[in-house]
Amino acid sequence: MSDVKKTPMCEIHKASGAKMVEFAGFLMPVSYGSIIEEHRAVRERVGIFDVSHMGEFLVTGPRAREFVNEVITNDCSKLARGEAQYSVMCRENGTAVDDLLVFAVEENRVLLVVNASNIGKDLAHVLTFPKNGVNVENASDSYALLAVQGPMSRDVLKACPIFRAVAAEIDETPYYKGFGFRHGGEEILVSRTGYTGELGFEIFVPSKLGPFFWEAVVVAGKPFGIQPIGLGARDTLRFEASYCLYGHEIDDETSPLEASLGWVVKLAKNSFRGIESLRKEKETGSKRTLVGFELDGRNIARPGYGVVMNGAEVGKVTSGAFSPTLQKSLCMASIARTAKDEDARYGIIVRDKEVSARMTPLPFYKSRAK
Amino acid sequence: MTFENVRFTKEHEWVRFENGTNIVTVGITDFAAGELGDIVFIEFPEIGREVHASEPMGTIEAVKTVADLYAPVSGAVREVNTALNDDPGTVNQSPYEKGWFVKIEIAAKSELDSLMQKSEYDKMVGKV
Repeated sequence: MSDVKKTPMCEIHKASGAKMVEFAGFLMPVSYGSIIEEHRAVRERVGIFDVSHMGEFLVTGPRAREFVNEVITNDCSKLARGEAQYSVMCRENGTAVDDLLVFAVEENRVLLVVNASNIGKDLAHVLTFPKNGVNVENASDSYALLAVQGPMSRDVLKACPIFRAVAAEIDETPYYKGFGFRHGGEEILVSRTGYTGELGFEIFVPSKLGPFFWEAVVVAGKPFGIQPIGLGARDTLRFEASYCLYGHEIDDETSPLEASLGWVVKLAKNSFRGIESLRKEKETGSKRTLVGFELDGRNIARPGYGVVMNGAEVGKVTSGAFSPTLQKSLCMASIARTAKDEDARYGIIVRDKEVSARMTPLPFYKSRAK
Repeated sequence: MTFENVRFTKEHEWVRFENGTNIVTVGITDFAAGELGDIVFIEFPEIGREVHASEPMGTIEAVKTVADLYAPVSGAVREVNTALNDDPGTVNQSPYEKGWFVKIEIAAKSELDSLMQKSEYDKMVGKV
């Protein structure tokens, strides 16, 4: 366990009695008490998440945008300063190396936010591209990342003295846009992004300032009933909003088109890694597709459970939960495209027993993040 | 509550018995409830079903995981705690009282002798 990494806020989590687990090489809070309570706090009020395990790569230089645009499936060339974009990076054969957030901090400085479990793989992948004078830095250990999410998240930040000078920016920043400011000479980045389906912000601060920012937001959030949120509720929240999670809806063997991420695959671009394979897949049709199911009863469909149709397996569950908000047993599943039929009866094999399920549109929970 | 009339299994379940009746009450321990986290659904055995000690008789679905509910003793299921259908989280809040699972009519009360006392169970989960 000696090589398990800790985020700057690790001791705060332990002191508040969080149940800690190892996740992607980091000791992370899975819950501070009840996952369901934490989930509700974010839907109804506001929660604060430590997501410092996420990886950050800084791409700098006059051709930073061009460089990133070759790596990602989406098109970051038109992003205004401060704009963020969700994307995927693929291999030549179109399979997903990772999904990521591209944050155009400045014209010549792009921040890539990647999954903790993929930092090593992603960096190696990014470094296979011709650099053309661009500098790529793995800044993952330099940042603490806090997410403040929920309908009251904006009010909490505005009530927090640290953010007083940028209250107007917090008010005006639209969804998927951010801004930077200085705190004691250090650069702080705030972006209106998140992984919950609620209004929310993600705040990148230098590691050493992480605990200070965490405590300040928690104090400011007290009157709003702010709740620290662990990975457990982070997962149920993103699941309801039907956001992909690497290792579940997408992985090394899935193309973004198979995971319903066609909206971030810009095939009209001149080039990016994987474009030929993805153009071909778009033409001939994907083999698999991502769909949502509602199960009869309250059994939970866990990742890997089989999806059957007329007794034959047509796919696998990628994520499932008893939705705390919708009070239904729901799951996302990757099934053969030819087996997709809105009116058909499906079954999910729950521990050797077939539970009846019917297709239901994604997302399960309509995002209120905008 | 006192644990004088309660016995424990390796599967982290408890069995409460009373003198003068063969009906015992079964639940899961606070340790088990804590490890499972928020419980969202319990699949109970049917009333009347004959169950056998150490064999699965139901399912406990928690947010993060799923676990078998084992029969701690052999006998017939006489009652299930249907209140948990509406509020399965009761198990997390009150594992030894309101959060009981089933009542079993035990075939041979002597089976209880092979189960653990509270002190032994506490030692097993590292509480002492």
